[in-house]
Amino acid sequence: MLATSRRGFFGVVVGFSIADSAIAPRAAADTVKPPASDRLDSWIRIGRDGGVTVFTDKVDIGMGLQTALSQIVAEELDVSPRRVSFVLGDTAMTPDQGGVGGSTSISNGARPLRNAAATARALLLQLAAERLGAPAGELTVADGVVIGGGKSVSYGELVRDHELNGALRVSGRGFNVNVEGQGKPKDPSQYKVVGKPLPRAELAAKILGTAEYSTDVRVPGMLHGRVMRPPAAGAKIESVDDSAAKKIPGFVRTVVKGNFAGVVAENEWAAIRAAKAVNITWSKPAAELPADVFAHLRATAPKASRPGLSRGDANALASAARKIEASYEWPFQAHATMGPGCAVADVRAGGVTTVWCGSQKNHALQKGIADLLRVPPDRVRCIWMPDAGSYGRAGYEDAAADAVVLSQETGKPVRVQWMRADMTAWGSKGPAAVIDLAAGFDAAGNVSAFRFESRCFSGSEVLYVADAAGNFLAARLMGLPNTSAGTEFCNFGDCCPVYEFPNLQSVAHVVPGLDDPASPLAATHLRDPNGPQGTFAMESFIDEMAAAAGSDPVEFRLKYTKDPRARAVITAAAERAGWKPRKSPGGDAGAVSRGRGMAYAVRGGTYVATVAEVEVNRRTGAVRVTRMVCAHDCGLIVNPDGLRGVVCANLIQSMGRALKEEVLFDRERVTSVDWNTYRVARAGDVPEHVELVLLNHPELPPGGAGEPSSRPTAAAIGNAIFDAVGVRLRRVPMNAERVKAALARA
Amino acid sequence: MAKIPLHVNGKAHTVDADPDCPLLYVLRGDLELNNPRFGCGLAQCGACTVLVDGHPARSCVLPVSRAANKQIVTLNGLGTPEHPHPIQTAFIEEQAFQCGYCLNGWILTANALLDRNPHPSEEEMRAAFAGLVCRCGSHVRIFDAVRRAAGMIRGSGQAKDQDWRRA
Repeated sequence: MLATSRRGFFGVVVGFSIADSAIAPRAAADTVKPPASDRLDSWIRIGRDGGVTVFTDKVDIGMGLQTALSQIVAEELDVSPRRVSFVLGDTAMTPDQGGVGGSTSISNGARPLRNAAATARALLLQLAAERLGAPAGELTVADGVVIGGGKSVSYGELVRDHELNGALRVSGRGFNVNVEGQGKPKDPSQYKVVGKPLPRAELAAKILGTAEYSTDVRVPGMLHGRVMRPPAAGAKIESVDDSAAKKIPGFVRTVVKGNFAGVVAENEWAAIRAAKAVNITWSKPAAELPADVFAHLRATAPKASRPGLSRGDANALASAARKIEASYEWPFQAHATMGPGCAVADVRAGGVTTVWCGSQKNHALQKGIADLLRVPPDRVRCIWMPDAGSYGRAGYEDAAADAVVLSQETGKPVRVQWMRADMTAWGSKGPAAVIDLAAGFDAAGNVSAFRFESRCFSGSEVLYVADAAGNFLAARLMGLPNTSAGTEFCNFGDCCPVYEFPNLQSVAHVVPGLDDPASPLAATHLRDPNGPQGTFAMESFIDEMAAAAGSDPVEFRLKYTKDPRARAVITAAAERAGWKPRKSPGGDAGAVSRGRGMAYAVRGGTYVATVAEVEVNRRTGAVRVTRMVCAHDCGLIVNPDGLRGVVCANLIQSMGRALKEEVLFDRERVTSVDWNTYRVARAGDVPEHVELVLLNHPELPPGGAGEPSSRPTAAAIGNAIFDAVGVRLRRVPMNAERVKAALARA
Repeated sequence: MAKIPLHVNGKAHTVDADPDCPLLYVLRGDLELNNPRFGCGLAQCGACTVLVDGHPARSCVLPVSRAANKQIVTLNGLGTPEHPHPIQTAFIEEQAFQCGYCLNGWILTANALLDRNPHPSEEEMRAAFAGLVCRCGSHVRIFDAVRRAAGMIRGSGQAKDQDWRRA
């Protein structure tokens, strides 16, 4: 039942069944040792049918990663990528690679797989040389068949009598784990499979309706849970009356621990009804949420400040001939995954536990759940299943903890499915930020000084690595401290492009979080932590500077940019868009004005430039994006078609973040609870034209693509609005009300 | 609780369910049909879409008693892996989703749209999809897939091997 998403089309692992091992009941003494990273067969195995099975922590959260990794492995082994199947994100079966995140799964995560595959090939060629009586150096391989000395033998035949294994050298930790063996990877100039478009291995099954998600996991005896979150941030449980719930057929019990409350029932509908029927009296919280998050960020003393990249004369701004300043605001935004958090947990005697969920980082989750249960991590096994997308620390971890608490209390496996508001209102949020920028010009109109100062909530209030109990919302509601909370800044440079200004100063501040003890506004990583925030500010302000200098925004960027890859994406996007140099604004004065805007971004060695074209209705303030052109350089491209799909989706999602997405809240609670109160891009918002220019660099290592194209969108749209109607939007989302108000002020 | 007859993907079932229970939980829980997915429980997103007598319905709010004796089709019943529906073929050809959690709504709504209008304009297509959410933002390829499916259904463009999308 669990097997479909965990096996490829052709790869069959001989000797054990993944599906059976994943759902087999476990004895109390069971422990789960992670596979040894220094053994080849922990990473890669060849079956007697020639199928290749790869074991990796690099789970595929819907961006085609598995397919790209299959190309990288197939390339080294000289087999068809369709022979490569995967076991993904199972702490009992896949070496710890830190899970996925930070757009690093190809750049860093593929390295040990590439090296392990190259080593497997070298060992297979040694076996083949003996078998064929020909020197290994004279052998060739075609789709897993080794040819030499006038004879041939398949990989499957070679492993029939020989165990394919060996020692590997391990280095690095987390995302940077690498292994090296005796096989040397190919020179990229020899690539035949990497770089070619390939359909995603797992997508057809989803479209045909045969794929399984974490929501579909069923284990024998499984009960259904729902949670009841506080009606207001910080509210405490005073009394619980579940007499009405007890009358619902199928109701099992109510679980209350501290301020954590949940119900368990025999079926899902009974659990939903019971969650509503339990009458909880909650206290009125003493503390209030801020009335205005941006005023709060500006007025609150930072808990930490860090000087960032700075150079030149610190007083240059004061002595500038002309100075401009602006302040940019980015609201809390929600993961709001398509399916609310869902997980199944089976907690047995002695804390022996199995968890199924869509977390990006299952080895961390294993430690966090063990900490919650106060058992050693080797009692806990976390098994990844595909879920409803994932854009960071989405909340599957919290659903897993909910399921663990309910399973522990009932002694039965429990599936927890959050309701929509549990996800949108109570899931942790992408951090709000305020970024103040200033620029000085000399008498000749050249930029002489620049200053960047950010204030944000730490994006790791809820750490992206869920390896401690207090990381989970359930635990914080139960009163456990959030010991792993970190301080994460919106840094100049990391979060926005750096221009070649002679004098620049930057500083970043983090304001204390609202996470005491379990706030619905606790901040975490949401698709590119602080990158959209910083880039919206910088890439809008560079246009303000260009306007102040009377320059074309593209020419102005190029004037202060040396990095050839940055110049290349800016130029490529402008050329494809048919950008004609002129200063902004340039729109006409009609009822609907058209404008164009550019923004660019760098993230982790990936360069992106986006041009947006918009229509702004001067009467209503409504903005329609009619065209987006994106030039994208992530080094060597592994799967161009997969990359196009990812970038296209990023552009639309980030357009929704720029124009619509904002977590609303009053003094007590988050009021964005569903798709009407937390709006995202819809069919009617999609531009008529979305065009990509992929710049391939086979001479460079492959870089990340999961997040970078999210960065420039908001500024490109804001710049296009300014170009159309001459008003500058400095707060996201740039919705009709805000544009209309800005037009009225102009 | 009541005995309720359901016809799903051509098979007859009788379920013992609360008549007010939304169809979604009966399909998933009683019949173990995974395709319709819980997205919001509020009929706001479409992840739970099934066809009821040919019309897309939000199974998360449709009481199971109101689906009794009607023909219910889930994504899985639209085509088979051996003989996919042309719309499924078109969506596979266009690689139209990221996570795919939402796809029941898009594919079954596209099916209903193309059934009644094999030549939808861009505006008609967008209007048909106004009530759906795709949080990943896969809309551009979804629209490409619907255009391709429309062509296939009209017979003007067979599903050609794209030679897998020469780079």
